[in-house]
Amino acid sequence: MSPPIEFELRRRTLLASVAAVAAGSGMAGRGQAQDRAATPPGASTGTVRFTVNGEARELTLDNRTTLLDALREHLRLTGTKKGCDHGQCGACTCTVNGERINSCLSLAVAHEGDEIETIEGIGTPDAPDPMQAAFLAHDGFQCGYCTPGQIQSGRAMLEEIRAGVPSHVTGDLTATIAVTDAEIRERMSGNICRCGAYANILAAITEVAEEQA
Amino acid sequence: MRSFSYEKATDPAAAAARAAEVEGAKFVAGGTNLLDLMKLEIETPVHLIDVNGLGLDRIGETEEGGLRIGTLVSNTALMADARVRRDYPVLTRAIAAGASGQLRNKATTGGNLLQRTRCPYFYDTAQPCNKRVPGSGCSALAEGGFSRQLGIIGTSDSCIATHPSDMAVAMRVLDATVETVTPAGMTRRIPLGEFHLLPGDTPERETALMPGELITAVTLPAPVGGVQRYHKARDRASYAFALVSVALIRQPDGSGRVALGGVAPRPWRSAEADAELPDGAHAVMARLLDGARPTEENAFKITLAERTLAAMLAEE
Repeated sequence: MSPPIEFELRRRTLLASVAAVAAGSGMAGRGQAQDRAATPPGASTGTVRFTVNGEARELTLDNRTTLLDALREHLRLTGTKKGCDHGQCGACTCTVNGERINSCLSLAVAHEGDEIETIEGIGTPDAPDPMQAAFLAHDGFQCGYCTPGQIQSGRAMLEEIRAGVPSHVTGDLTATIAVTDAEIRERMSGNICRCGAYANILAAITEVAEEQA
Repeated sequence: MRSFSYEKATDPAAAAARAAEVEGAKFVAGGTNLLDLMKLEIETPVHLIDVNGLGLDRIGETEEGGLRIGTLVSNTALMADARVRRDYPVLTRAIAAGASGQLRNKATTGGNLLQRTRCPYFYDTAQPCNKRVPGSGCSALAEGGFSRQLGIIGTSDSCIATHPSDMAVAMRVLDATVETVTPAGMTRRIPLGEFHLLPGDTPERETALMPGELITAVTLPAPVGGVQRYHKARDRASYAFALVSVALIRQPDGSGRVALGGVAPRPWRSAEADAELPDGAHAVMARLLDGARPTEENAFKITLAERTLAAMLAEE
């Protein structure tokens, strides 16, 4: 795993040497101008402070670092997975201030002051979160790669139902939302499982929903 | 992803002025579409102005009895708002039909309007695309191009991409207005029907915004009542873009409004087609899709649009 900061240094060194060659031949800046019209007016790194699983963290990062990469590569919290890295698969799902998001599509430097929770923060093998226990009881996975995202998404999704957030399959928009199979399936559509453990994931989430009812 | 510098804006007018002043700057809010495109180097901003701290994340009521939706209101917060669910259900239905739960939590109102097309050739940097690289050609219209998902009306010989938003289709049928602040600090109001540009010879120009201009809110007129529906026809039951979507508001006397998604570079609606609603789906679509120029692969969208509306009318 190469930390992004090292890559940045290499690239800057490369650009500097290209610029030096271009200046020597009387073509200063032209090579870069073909790609982009302007140069950044500020620093390419930033410092951000947030809490992860209740612990205060401060990181100085390349601005390009996603929240996902900050968690995995800089804080070594590798429970949150990188699948597609484009917001399509849901493997990177974690919660920010209690809401589930795709951490691959969010810049780490934009999370100043936020409370981030990852799969590492919700339970342990000895004291699992009810959703973790239900996934185990119902075989809600095969390879397990999508599982942290499924669990984080499932927990937050039940909170969304409790908060009255409707979905595409909700019938009456002004009535209390019932936790049905159709509701769970629709609300979990942002989490892909290539092993196809959907039936058991549904059973696990349903059990937790019933326990909490 | 290309390197960029980053700042947090604290005032809307100052943010707009800053964006106009820094060449290659872009605003970022939810970032769900922008980050995706930056990773592919389709978007290559040199500077990002984070507008999340501008306090534009509230839904208020207007003097006219409508709603003023701050540009930073998330898709989830907007669709779940009790006033929206009660008075503008077509908007809740449309937002709920788009993206995933995770994306809706992060995606914002203004960002949803500004999202780029999902045309596969816009995303494939190995292929020509006039929208991505002006003058390079349209791969969808070239020999062997795939166009099943793409536009049938309002398109041009340069580009047949569609605007992918569901939310915008509902806002169009609700006669929404986009409010902005210009780099000079002036407020501007742009009817949503004029917000997205048709491609013509310049498909890279997508909105009526001037450089640096920042969306601050979307306003909805007072509720119009009626039965409000949104139906989205797509290849999967969830988390897929529309082949065709229909937003419908129908009054007890049979009059009403219709807007289409998935068929054009902007939500597609006309007053002439609305006037045909009492005469049924065929009459509406004959007028609304008059002048359509589908490809062989996407001509089915004309039939699908009519049948979707017919099914919605039959539900009542």
